This record gives sequence, structure tokens and C-alpha cells, in this order.
Amino acid sequence: MMLTVENVTCARGGMPVLSGVSFALDAGQALVLRGPNGCGKTTLLRTLAGLQSPLAGSVTFPEDEGAYASHADGIKAQLSVTENLSFWADVHGRPMPDDVFTSFDLDDLRDRLAGTLSAGQKRRLGLARLGVIGRKVLFLDEPTVSLDGFSVRMFADFLRDKHLAQGGVAVIATHIDLGLDAPEMDLTPFKADHTATGGSDEAFL
Amino acid sequence: MSFWEYANPKKFIATTTPILPWAFGIAAACLIVGLVWGFFFTPDDIRQGSTVKIIYLHVPAAMMAINVWGMMLVTSLIWLIRRHHVSALAARAAAPIGIVMTLIALVTGAIWGQPMWGTWWAWDPRLTSFLILFLFYLGYMALWEAIDDPDTAADLTSILCIVGSVFAFLSRFAVQFWNQGLHQAESVSLWEWTFNVIARFFAFVWNSIFGAEQVIEVAVREENVSNVFFVPLLICMIGFVVLFVALVFQRTTTEIRVRRIRALESRARRG
Amino acid sequence: MIALLARDLRLAVRAGGGFGLGLAFFLIVIVLIPFGVGPEASVLTRIAPGVLWVAALLAALLSLDRIFALDHEDGSLPLLATSPLPLEGVALTKGVAHWLTTGLPLTLAAPALGFLLNLAPAAYPYLLASLALGTPALSMIGTFGAALTVGIRRGGLLLSLLVLPLYVPTLIFGAEAVRLGSDGLSATVPLAMLSGITLFSYALLPFATAAALRINLR
Repeated sequence: MMLTVENVTCARGGMPVLSGVSFALDAGQALVLRGPNGCGKTTLLRTLAGLQSPLAGSVTFPEDEGAYASHADGIKAQLSVTENLSFWADVHGRPMPDDVFTSFDLDDLRDRLAGTLSAGQKRRLGLARLGVIGRKVLFLDEPTVSLDGFSVRMFADFLRDKHLAQGGVAVIATHIDLGLDAPEMDLTPFKADHTATGGSDEAFL
Repeated sequence: MSFWEYANPKKFIATTTPILPWAFGIAAACLIVGLVWGFFFTPDDIRQGSTVKIIYLHVPAAMMAINVWGMMLVTSLIWLIRRHHVSALAARAAAPIGIVMTLIALVTGAIWGQPMWGTWWAWDPRLTSFLILFLFYLGYMALWEAIDDPDTAADLTSILCIVGSVFAFLSRFAVQFWNQGLHQAESVSLWEWTFNVIARFFAFVWNSIFGAEQVIEVAVREENVSNVFFVPLLICMIGFVVLFVALVFQRTTTEIRVRRIRALESRARRG
Repeated sequence: MIALLARDLRLAVRAGGGFGLGLAFFLIVIVLIPFGVGPEASVLTRIAPGVLWVAALLAALLSLDRIFALDHEDGSLPLLATSPLPLEGVALTKGVAHWLTTGLPLTLAAPALGFLLNLAPAAYPYLLASLALGTPALSMIGTFGAALTVGIRRGGLLLSLLVLPLYVPTLIFGAEAVRLGSDGLSATVPLAMLSGITLFSYALLPFATAAALRINLR
């Protein structure tokens, strides 16, 4: 198993939002999270990525293999496309793969400053980071916001052919159909009720 | 039965509520007795006259100003290590008391300084240190107010308290170094005087217990200091400590209730 | 860490604000001082060490809130937190980058501004030495303050309130070194204390900074 999630309860602002979330992904598998706005998809993904600790349960994946991507791309407007990507490659101590520009249709934009890109181009640049850092376990929060249909298919191709095919796993929160052969999980049944314990207010109730 | 039981908010309130009237009563009694005794029934100092009597306010307030910060440091550590909410709330509750104590120490210091130094404010190392402590309290309280999420606020203020303690300590030495030359001629010092009072008292107690052959040497710099000053000063100190305990219990209870209202509201919203 | 340092330096140069603003502020404060206290040369000579230090400190303070705020806004911070770089390393790098973009230029510019304030000739080496030894501490302490306030909207003012009391020991020893130097006395003790504070800050504050960042990322 690449990623095992057992009975996780996660909290937003000290309040439990989801409880009892469990699933396991083998190398090459992806999972699509569904649920209405505010049901805790982002919170769950941040918890899985290790940015916040779960109130209960455990998340296990190989050490130093997790990567998180959200609406905010971490793109510096004053740096060029190549500089932005090579920075993340350097931070992760990896060589810069050359095919990443082709995979994300950034070939013509290599030397453009990121600040001059359109919203969709920026988003592609943000996603291209995932191709650069070479992490196996991806936690993607609405990766396709502001992408056109063509780019969505391009990203899906990248996930399927470059990431999952090479033994990676991905947990994706999204509202659109990526065309991946991946199971979907609806988070609504996991909504934390008053029996969920561990909230920071608990001692005061 | 463990000490940590009192970290439960309900248990804390249930335990402290019956203590509160007693604590306030003892504090009031100590302060009235100590201050009246000190102000009206102790002799004037030969060199400092009646101005020296401000020690009955100044010294306990200054002592508390430092000790309250120390208490906040301890409760911050307890919060970071054991995650007891009451501990963090007690630190939050103590800060405004600490800043008032610092303010009392500063103002009484200035009032004493006017006749002695001929000026309301001198950059005396001790006064300056209290001024810096005042700024630390101010920053700590401002950080609590600025953050919405109570647990995040508790975490960040605890870290600030720990780092701040180290730098407050450094500032104390820096200030001493900085102003070593200026007040060398300063012969009259309120604190030296107070230390003499305390040292004299313990020498007196020691000698009356063990007899004259066991006389301990006390570095007494002023001849006219006698232990008649010490007892009222001690009573005032006890009064300030008990007053602080009462106030901090009262304020922590309030903070716990604020948190409880918040928790109930968010539970109601969640349905 | 080197990649992060290189990126921060590049950003500071490209954005323009990093270098220029702090230096310009330093210059303006120094120019304003004689308007406030009068042009008398002997008065200026006497207050120059302290004024130079206070002005450098305020100029360093000016750019503190940019240290983490920009990375927080564009989402780089959680990405850095999940990268192989430990957050302590991020904190240390940010402190060093801030010093290279503000502290170092301020140190190099200070002697030129010393002429404007008629600083005693003997004091120049001490001015350079004390700023070179002391401003790194200002950057690291400021990085810690920036980490505390990163989640707060318009936290700039609060940041100043938190950081300025922490700057007291550095300021005292820094200005004292220049003052002793200008009187022709030995300034070994304050310079040693200053280096002590700097080493101490860089040894311990990255941990406190990383802890504050983790809390703010939750």
C-alpha cells in the first residue's frame, strides 16, 4: 500500500468536520473526493498532507513522498516560468525534467515572467510543479480551477501516463470529471456529528 | 488525586469560586493593615524622609510585575507541553494584572524619584527595565487580541512569552551595562534601602534564635535602617500576592466562561 | 536552502522594494534628524551613534512583514512546509536573506550617512563593526516576529509592537559600541555581547520561528 488512511477525524478551526474517514490506495491508484462546498475536502487534504494533524486516526505513506497542491500555486510573478519550476526542482533536490514543459504546454512560455501569464496558464505552471518535484503521493485540491477543456485533458493525461503509470497515487478533490479511471468517494456520510471527539472546545462543553 | 485535575475548567471554577471571597478579604485586610502601619506608624528615614514610605506600594508592585511574567511563562509552558486550556487562559488572564503592577511600580518609582533625584523620570537601570517589561506585556496582550482562533492565539502567545522572557532577561543586563556610568554618584537607592531592611530583619531573627555568639555578618550600608520597616512591608507583599491570586482566579473564570459561550455557540450553529 | 536563498535574493532585486526602500528610509531619517535637533556640529557628533543605530533598526523593521507575508499570500508556505526542506531551515534562510537585502546594504551605507551627522572619525570602524555584527540579529528576531504575525491581516503594526522590545539589547550594545568608539575607548565588551546576541538568535530563534509557522499553517 502506498497510502493508508485509517479512521481519520479532522478539524477546521478546532471543530471536527469529518470523522471516520478510511481508505487505502495501491501504487497506480487514484481517488476522487466528492462532496458539497464546505464539507471538509480541503481540510481533509491538508490533514493527509501533514499540514495539520488529525484529531484521531492515522495517515501513512512513504516518508518524504507527499505533495500538496491547492488553488494557490506558490508562483512568483517576478520570476520566469523556468525559474519558478527550477526553484521547486532545486528545493526537492531533483534535476529539472525537460518533458515537463511539453506535458503542460508551456514550451512557448519558458522565458515569460509568471506575472504576465493568464489565469489558466498560471494554473498550468502551478500544476507543472507536480511534474518537477517527483513526489509519489499527491494531494490535489481543485487542480482544474480556471483550466479550459483542453488543459483539463492534458492534466488528466499527465496524471494517468506520467504519474499513476509510474507507481504514484493521487487523492483529488474536484467537481468536474477528469476522465480518470478512479473510484469516487462521497464525503457527506463522514460529516462529523456531535459524537465526534477531540475538538478544542470539548473541555468547555 | 492529581494536581492536573484542576486543569478541567469546571473543576477549576468549582474549586476557586468558594476561595475567591476569602482571598479578596485577606488581600484587603493585609493591604489595609500593611499600608496604614507603614504610612503612619513607622519612623521617617533620616536621609530620605517620609518619601521612603512609598516602598510599601512600590516594592510589592515591582515584585509582582516580575513574578506575574514568571507565572505566565510557567503556564505557557504547561499549555505547550500538556495542552491544558485553563493554563493558557490563566496566562491570558494574568497579563493585564501584570501590566497594571508594572504601571504601579513605574508611577510610584517616578513619584519617589521627584523629591530624591529632582526629576520625575531618570533613565535609572531599574526603572528602565520596568519600562521594557511594560512593552513586553503590551506586545503579549496585543498578540492575544489580534488572533481569532483561541488555540492558535494560545500557542503563539506562549511562544512569544518564552522568547520574550529570554530577551527581557538580556535587556535587563544590557540596561545595566548601558547606564553603569550615569548614576555612580547615586547614593540614595530605594532598592538598596529595601534590601537592607530585609537583610537586617533576617539577621535579627537569626541572632535572636541562635544567640549572640552566632552573629551573622550583614553588609549594612546604612546605620539607621531597622527592622521596624520590615513587618509592614512583609504584610503588604503578602497582600499583593493574595490580591493577585484572587484577581487571576476571577479573571481566569471569566475567560473560561467566554470560551464556554463560544463553544456552545459553535455547537448550536453546527446543530 | 541555497535555492530558497537564491530565489529570495532574486525576488528582492526584481521587485525593487527589498533593497531600495529600506535604504531610502534610512537616508531620509538621517536627513531629517538635523532639521529636528538643529545643525550644531557638536550636538550632531554626540547623538550620531545612537541616531544611526535607531535609524538602521527602523529601516530594517520596515521590510519585516514581507518576509513571510508574500509566501503566505501566494501559497508557497504550505508547499515549502511539505518539501524536504525543514521549516527550521526555511526560517534560517529567510533570516539570512533578509539580512543580505536590508542589513548588509544598511551597514555599507551607514558610514556615508555618518558624514552627514558629523560622526567622530574614530567611530567609523566601530560603526561598521557594530552594524555588521548586530544587524543579522535584527533580521533573525524580525523573522521570528514575522512568523508570529503571518496569519494576521494587516499585522504590520502588531509586528513592530512585538519586535521592538526584542530589539532593545541589540540596540543598546550596538549604539554603545559606536559611542565608546567615538570617545576613543575600547568597545570590546559591547561588540562581544553583540556577536553573542547574534549567534544566540541564529542558534535558537529558527526553532521558535518554525514552531510559529507550523501553528499558523494549521
